[in-house]
Amino acid sequence: MPGITGYATYVPCYRLDRGEAAAAVGEKAKGARAVAGYDEDTTSMAVEAVRPALLMATGSPDAVWFATTDPAYVDKTNATTVHAALGLPGSVGAFDLGASVRSGAAALLAAAKTSGVAALSDIRGGLAGGADERTSGDAAAAFVFGDTDVVAELVATASVSEEFLDRWRIPGETGSRTWEERFGEGEYVKLADHAVADVLKAANLAPGDVDAVGVAGPNLRAVKVVAGSLAKQTGATGDSTDLLDLVGNAGAAHVGLVLADLLDKAGPNQLLLLLSLADGADAFLFRTTERLPGARGTSLRDGLAATRPLLYPTYLLWRGLLDREPPRRPDPVRPSAPYAGRNADYKFAFSGGTCRACGTIQFPLPRVCLRCRAVDQFDPISGAGLKATIVTYTVDRLAFSPSPPLVCAVLDLEVGGRVQIELTDVDPAAVKVGQVVQLTFRRLLTMEGIHNYFWKARPVSTAEVSA
Amino acid sequence: MAIHSLKDKVAIVGIGCTPFGERFDKSLDDLIVDAVTETWQSAGLGPDDIDAYWMGVYASGVSGLTLSRPLRLDNKPVTRVENMCATGSDAFRNACYAVAAGAVDVAMAVGAEKLKDTGYAGLISVKPQDDGTRAGTSAPANFSFLAPAYQAKYGVDADTFRAAMTHVAWKNHANGALNSRAQFKKEVSKETIEKAANIAGQLGVFDCSGVADGAAAAIVVRAEDAHKYTDKPLYVKALSLAAGYAAGQNDDTYDYTSFPETVRCAEDAYAQAGITDPRSQLALAEVHDCFTPTEIVLMEDLGFAARGTACKEVLAGAFDRDGDLPINPDGGLKSFGHPVGASGLRMLFECWTQLRGEAGERQVKTADRGLALTHNLGGGPGESVAFVSVVGTELG
Repeated sequence: MPGITGYATYVPCYRLDRGEAAAAVGEKAKGARAVAGYDEDTTSMAVEAVRPALLMATGSPDAVWFATTDPAYVDKTNATTVHAALGLPGSVGAFDLGASVRSGAAALLAAAKTSGVAALSDIRGGLAGGADERTSGDAAAAFVFGDTDVVAELVATASVSEEFLDRWRIPGETGSRTWEERFGEGEYVKLADHAVADVLKAANLAPGDVDAVGVAGPNLRAVKVVAGSLAKQTGATGDSTDLLDLVGNAGAAHVGLVLADLLDKAGPNQLLLLLSLADGADAFLFRTTERLPGARGTSLRDGLAATRPLLYPTYLLWRGLLDREPPRRPDPVRPSAPYAGRNADYKFAFSGGTCRACGTIQFPLPRVCLRCRAVDQFDPISGAGLKATIVTYTVDRLAFSPSPPLVCAVLDLEVGGRVQIELTDVDPAAVKVGQVVQLTFRRLLTMEGIHNYFWKARPVSTAEVSA
Repeated sequence: MAIHSLKDKVAIVGIGCTPFGERFDKSLDDLIVDAVTETWQSAGLGPDDIDAYWMGVYASGVSGLTLSRPLRLDNKPVTRVENMCATGSDAFRNACYAVAAGAVDVAMAVGAEKLKDTGYAGLISVKPQDDGTRAGTSAPANFSFLAPAYQAKYGVDADTFRAAMTHVAWKNHANGALNSRAQFKKEVSKETIEKAANIAGQLGVFDCSGVADGAAAAIVVRAEDAHKYTDKPLYVKALSLAAGYAAGQNDDTYDYTSFPETVRCAEDAYAQAGITDPRSQLALAEVHDCFTPTEIVLMEDLGFAARGTACKEVLAGAFDRDGDLPINPDGGLKSFGHPVGASGLRMLFECWTQLRGEAGERQVKTADRGLALTHNLGGGPGESVAFVSVVGTELG
């Protein structure tokens, strides 16, 4: 039976203190929310989640389904960037679903039917000082579906749709609008009952067979009420509502965080009920396999450990809610489309070459070996997402950066070869020669509407180094 | 196949150089007219006496028209030369080759740059289209990689290296203070240098050369014709140019403590000129002190100090104007300023001035050694073009 063969989550390291954001408008709030770095978008975050999910899965996906409410591009497909960064073959389809919260559930359904990977990634915010700004969060989750080496079989699904106004936004607007929350709550409670009944019926199972329940959706009141009611009906464990205070409500990605959390906590042979409440209700029943406990990677909650505080004014600058004084330097030049196309293996998949004549590894793939000058004699090699050691570094206060100063390092890659590359998610004063870092896919800057994607390196936590 | 020495085949018989600096009062055309007319006059020549021109300009103009237009030249051959910071030097090299080949009797090399019309801080480089994967670091950041790497390799502590960087800046400012054509004609205290705002890595504002406007030029003829134009010509003893593999950033054997292209150029130039001990044989050297760590490393690359000893030698004053081997007695890029295309010819201007004993207050005592070196490098650590020339007062 088809099911999940690999999964992973990615939550950016930055945390905005909700109290600090609330204080700007004379209010109080507790907890923190996850914030994407200035060089991250939903596409780059999706890459960070899909890569470890593919490493866990034993097979390769037949399609990429990308879900977000905040696409980096419209018109142009964002899933193709994810596809390129993962170095997937051209014969693998890459599709965007958007830009609604429900696209997260849609990606899971589509990936399950196509032996694909569902990449759920979202950056959520709101108008300055508002509750949405504080209670939302940025995150990504990825699920690879297939028929072999399954860690959670997909037993049944059920979807119910209904047209009503609970939360909505005109494209381009910063803030969402919501109707009185109790109206949506009433609708979602009915829809949840309907979908849960349908999915249990389809699987010929009873509420009491369910071992754990997770609920996600944009209406927090509805999520909490439905989660409580389902726990009562089924006697199941697995409350994931505290993720709303650890990460924030991650929009289209939140159903992915909840599913990952269920899988992280589950033992073998357990029945998991996942419910997405967004303009209807989508219910999923998964049964975990014996393979799950041994195959799991870093759990969602372990991944939340390494955080960096982000001041509220910096958050506003990063989100473009405040205009930053530009440096007295010319604007960077936009990347050339044909050049980027010719060099996609390096730019997106961080692929280089090993010289067949002398063995020297070099990035990007050259025509002529830097050591022995053999021409066109290279075997491809990938450094994407791998670790590296800092040889030397500099903090550049003159160069253009969307968030100065630019920190740049010379790295020796663990796979071999050397590159000079930007560091990110670092305190410039804490960078050290010999430090181990990890390549991470980022959006360097945006010029003339072109997002310049490439790789940077970020610190690796102590746990990751020893792993 | 071999590159043959031009030793004593070509002579410099006229030279000129504008004041460098923030020349908001002068256009590129003005600077070219000023430098070229001064150079014509120094050799007693006019526009039609020059058979061919080489125009070095990095980013302020394209084609030979950059020179022929302001000077209203009468259909003379003018070649535009660009080789990053070695642009002016390479224009000179090509002019020398034309004379040595017998293709022309009298050739002129011009270098000019207008950097201060942009309104931006620092050097603005126009780069070809790319895929956006090149590190967007600034020039000071690229050169700042030298400092920690050098300190680690030779066990030099950060304070000692900082002191050597400060000494280089202090020396070059002190030299520039005596030079009416320099951009910064002012001594700067070591305290001011060390307290300056940080730019990149361990580099502060005073560790960076001046972004400047300016122009310089030189006339070359066959050595046997030199005395037709001047009583005190300078003879070209060596010319060497090297473009590196530009892959230091991708080569784990490159350690950021040397410019291999410069090492190769220096070996080649010393062989051409018959120099065996540059530190005692040269009267002075004009080297590419784009940033203070560069000058420190160059002392070793050019054979003026043993590997690992440059800081000690710098701090002992070996390269001060009254030291063993005066380095950049005109103030260097640091305080004379660095209008990219003009800098190589400005260095030759100082060699001419010093070796002819015309440097006044900043005259080096070693001038009687009769040989001087100029050096440029363009690019950065691991990725550079290098140039070395040696000129001398005597044949043989």
